[in-house]
This record gives sequence, C-alpha cells and structure tokens, in this order.
Amino acid sequence: MASPRKGRKGTVTYVLRLFVITYLLLLVAWPVALVVTNTFEGGTASLTGIFDDPDLVHALQLSATAAVVATVINTVFGVVVSLLLVRYQFPGKRILSALIDLPLSVSPIVVGLALLLVYAGRDGWFGPTLEGWGFQVIFATPGIIMATAFVSLPLVIREVVPVLQEIGTEQEQAASSLGASGWQTFWRITLPSIKWAVVYGIVLTLARSLGEFGAVKVVSGNVLGETRTTTLAVEEKYLNFDQQGAYALSFLLASVSVLAIVVVFIIRARVARHASAEGAAS
Amino acid sequence: MSIEVKNINKRFGNFVALENVNVSIPTGQLTALLGPSGGGKTTLLRIIAGLESADSGSVEIEGTDATQLPVQKRNVGFVFQHYAAFKHMSVAKNIAFGLEIRKRPKDEIKDRVAELLELVHLEQFGHRLPSQLSGGQRQRMALARALAVEPSVLLLDEPFGALDAKVRKELRDWLRRLHDEVHVTTVFVTHDQEEALEVSDEIVVINEGRVEQVGSPDTLYDSPANDFVMSFLGPTTILDGTLYRPHDIDVFTHPGIEGSIPARIVRELRVGFEVRLTVELLDADHEEVTVTVTRAHQRSLGLSDGIDVWLSPTHAAAAVPVP
Repeated sequence: MASPRKGRKGTVTYVLRLFVITYLLLLVAWPVALVVTNTFEGGTASLTGIFDDPDLVHALQLSATAAVVATVINTVFGVVVSLLLVRYQFPGKRILSALIDLPLSVSPIVVGLALLLVYAGRDGWFGPTLEGWGFQVIFATPGIIMATAFVSLPLVIREVVPVLQEIGTEQEQAASSLGASGWQTFWRITLPSIKWAVVYGIVLTLARSLGEFGAVKVVSGNVLGETRTTTLAVEEKYLNFDQQGAYALSFLLASVSVLAIVVVFIIRARVARHASAEGAAS
Repeated sequence: MSIEVKNINKRFGNFVALENVNVSIPTGQLTALLGPSGGGKTTLLRIIAGLESADSGSVEIEGTDATQLPVQKRNVGFVFQHYAAFKHMSVAKNIAFGLEIRKRPKDEIKDRVAELLELVHLEQFGHRLPSQLSGGQRQRMALARALAVEPSVLLLDEPFGALDAKVRKELRDWLRRLHDEVHVTTVFVTHDQEEALEVSDEIVVINEGRVEQVGSPDTLYDSPANDFVMSFLGPTTILDGTLYRPHDIDVFTHPGIEGSIPARIVRELRVGFEVRLTVELLDADHEEVTVTVTRAHQRSLGLSDGIDVWLSPTHAAAAVPVP
C-alpha cells in the first residue's frame, strides 16, 4: 500500500485532507454520533424500553426476517444471474445487465407503488388471483420481503460478476477434463473462487435490506404489531414526538450497519492479504 | 493409432479455424502440433479433448468414437498454457482432484498423490498453495494433476509458453524424459519449431487450418513438403529460384566449382559460434542471399565485407522450389 508520493506532503495535501475530514465530519460522523449521545441521554432506559415493548420487538423481528429472507433470495438469484451474465452468450444479455441496475436507480417509493399495481389484493393485476388461493402479498410479510428483495437485488451480482470475469474459465475446464460434472465443478471450483465476493455481497445486501424504508412503507400497510418494520417504527415514533424512542431504534439500526462495515473491512483486509501473498510469490 | 481425427471442420463466425483436417496420432508417442499462432492447432487439440466441438468430422480415441462424448467422459489429461491451477487448493489437493471425483479410496489417493509428487519433483511442496510456486513448478503440478487419472491421452496446450527461456528449456528436457518413463500418448501444441524438433517423435505441421505435413523431425527438416514447412522449421534463403537453408550453401573464395554463382559479401553478423553473411549476387538483379558459416570457417577463409565469393548448394541440401 506504499504510496509513490510518500514523503512529498505539500500544503495542497494538507488542505485536501482538511477538506475531506471536515466534509465527512459534518455530513456523517457528527450526525451519527448525535444519535448515539441522544440514545444514551437518559442512561440505557430508552434502549431497554424497546425490548419491553412487544410491538417494537415484533418490528425488529419482522425487519430481521424480511432482511434475511430477501438476502437469501438475492444471494441464490445473484450467483445464478452472475454465472449467466459472465459464462453464457444469449440475445438480450445487455438488456438484462442494464435491467439489473434498475433497482439502484429507481426511487424505492416507486418500487412500492409498482408492486401495488401488480399484487394489490383488490385491484392489482395478479393480486386477486393470489388472494383467491389464500395468499396475501400486499399488507403482509411476503410483500415486505418482495419490496426489500427488489431494492437490494443488484448488490450480490455487482460484487460477483467482476470476480467471475477475472478468474476466467480455465480452472472450470480443467475440472471438467478431470471428470467433474457441472455441479461438482460449481461446488468445488467456482464457488470457492468467488466466495469472498459472495460474502461481501451478502453483507451489503443485508445492510441495505435492514435499512429499507420507502418501498416497505407503501406495501406493508404499516400496521402496528403486524406489518410495521423497524424503520417504519422509527418514523412513527419521531412523528409522535417520542424522539428518545426514535433515537434508540435508530441506534440499533446504525449499530448493525457499523457491524456490517467492520465485517466488510475485515473481508477486504483478508482478500488484500491473499492478493499480496500471490503477488509476492509470482 | 491412438487418436484418429477425420474430416474435422471448424469455423468461428466467418473465420475458418480448421478445414478438412485428418490426423492419425500413434500410440505411446510424443506428437507435436506445430504451426504459427492462429493456425488452428490449439483448436484441434481442444476438439480432441472435447473442450470445443467440431462443426463436422469425427474424433476417435483408443478405438472408441469420442465425437459425441463430453470432456468428462473422454479420459484425457489436459494441461493449459497458464496452468489453470485450482488456486484455493493445495498442490496435493490439486493432484488428488480427479481421483476424488472418481471416488477412489482415501488411502489409494494418498499413495498416488505421493507417487506423482515424486514423479514431478514436488515432494516438499504438497501442502503449499499454487500461488507459492514458480511458473515451472505450477506447470509440473498441472501435469501431475492430469496424469493422476491415468488418461488414455495427455494433451498439452503450449505447456511452456508462459515460462521464461531457461525454465522452458529445462522443462522441455524433463518432459522428454518423463515421457520415456510414463509412455502415455502425448500431444502438445507449440509454435516453437526448436521445441518441436527437440522433444517430439512426430510433428504435425498445421497452418491456416490445414495440415501441411506429418512426419518425424528428421523427415520434416530434411525433406519438407513445401516452402511453408521449410521456412517454418528454420531460417531459409533463396538461391537460383530455390529455397535452401543458409548453412546448406557452400562459400568458395575462388571460381571453378561447376555451377557456382559469383557474389560479393556485403554484411556480416556474428552470433556466438556462427556468422551470418549477407551476400549480393553479381547478376543484374543484385539479389541478396544469406549464408551461415561457422566462426572457424570464416576465419580460415578470411571472409569479410567486400570480398568476392562463389556460392554453391551443398550436396544433398534440403531444397524446395520457390512458388
């Protein structure tokens, strides 16, 4: 990591550093730090209060369930789509690739409305049929999971695709020439090679899913104790002038994000160490 | 015959990679597919392996029609130019891969891996990762991995292409000795004529998707079928409308030999033990001919710039008329 410019720290470097630090401090560090201080203003009472309220516990559980299920779906889907995009040629490949980025650019609230149009129980395109089979999507957990999965869809794919491109197909060809079936090649060669990219993608997906607000707000119906997720509970508390409670919940959400960043940091360090070990040997 | 390739055609879009290729590869020998880059030799090797499918034609391996068989079922060992090492597995695990896929007993795998590590001189490296090996060691590991499953044929795609000159030469000699020990039918692709001449029992020269000539290294060098084979296997020069090797032209400092052609030395270039002379014919066209002589020969005749000489091809020189 040695910078070639080391030792030539001019005034410009210091000014740039000061600018970046100030910017990050005002935009990120200070506000987040205030959430923490506000949470603990009255001791740990507001935090423990969350766990005494069954509706809030339910909200936390719902958020966790939706995030985990959405992450599982997007991981499996993401790996399959990545393999499809990198390893196969088919008409419409570019369009598919562009489409996958759509969830990142579309506003989550639009995603929510779009899902309503298709799955709403009374006037949706497909919803009444599903409801006839006794399966409710909108204003229920499936809808929340779908909205969450939609907004976090590209994250695994965008991590895995470049790694798949980099490793190439020779190892896989060697495995088949040694008698491995497609499935054996995938488990023994491909998956171990993209392992860290998948883990990285999972962490990002999980963090993004937990924090989702807009799309979930539209499709969940926001029913207390039933379809209210943690982020919706934060808004509710804030609007009801229970700032202390809002900050405490926010603190919990932020803690998970910080944890995710730490995990990603550790993974990056590991991958970098692997890469440098390889570089040193060749 | 171990491998019979019949009427193979292969196109990539408009590019004709192979055109009506017929090759028979003898059992137990080391055969080189030699030719310039983009000539189709790697494509042919990959079609034999089953990593690529031909548009038409058939491939027979050890008497069975393999044309429709997937690569997994052909029982071939394939070695890639860039090793294709399984990066996340130790050297021993790499070598064991094919045996584990075949669900051999653990003890048998262990013994076989130890045996192969010894064969490729990597006994101390079994627990290392491929990234901790040099290029030459990685390629030996890849070779052991391919040999582990006791393939009926061993296919090597430019196996030494990514290595530096010295290691390449060492590995080449080592491959020759290994083959004398193991005797598995081996086909390797190379664009290096020296490598092909030095290592192989038989050479198949492939150019622009067609087989130009098949034969032993001596046959190819001494009686090339055409000007392409002749010029691909070594340096050539044109004298009197015929292609010769520069060392097959005798230089005299006096006339009198029947049919010798008068000329004048215009340049000399010393490379190690040999001297490359550029000689200009004293006819109307002033054609330039390259002649190679040994350093000792040059000294004894006093050959240098501006000297008048007479040229004549040696007795029984390899010669091909220029088209």
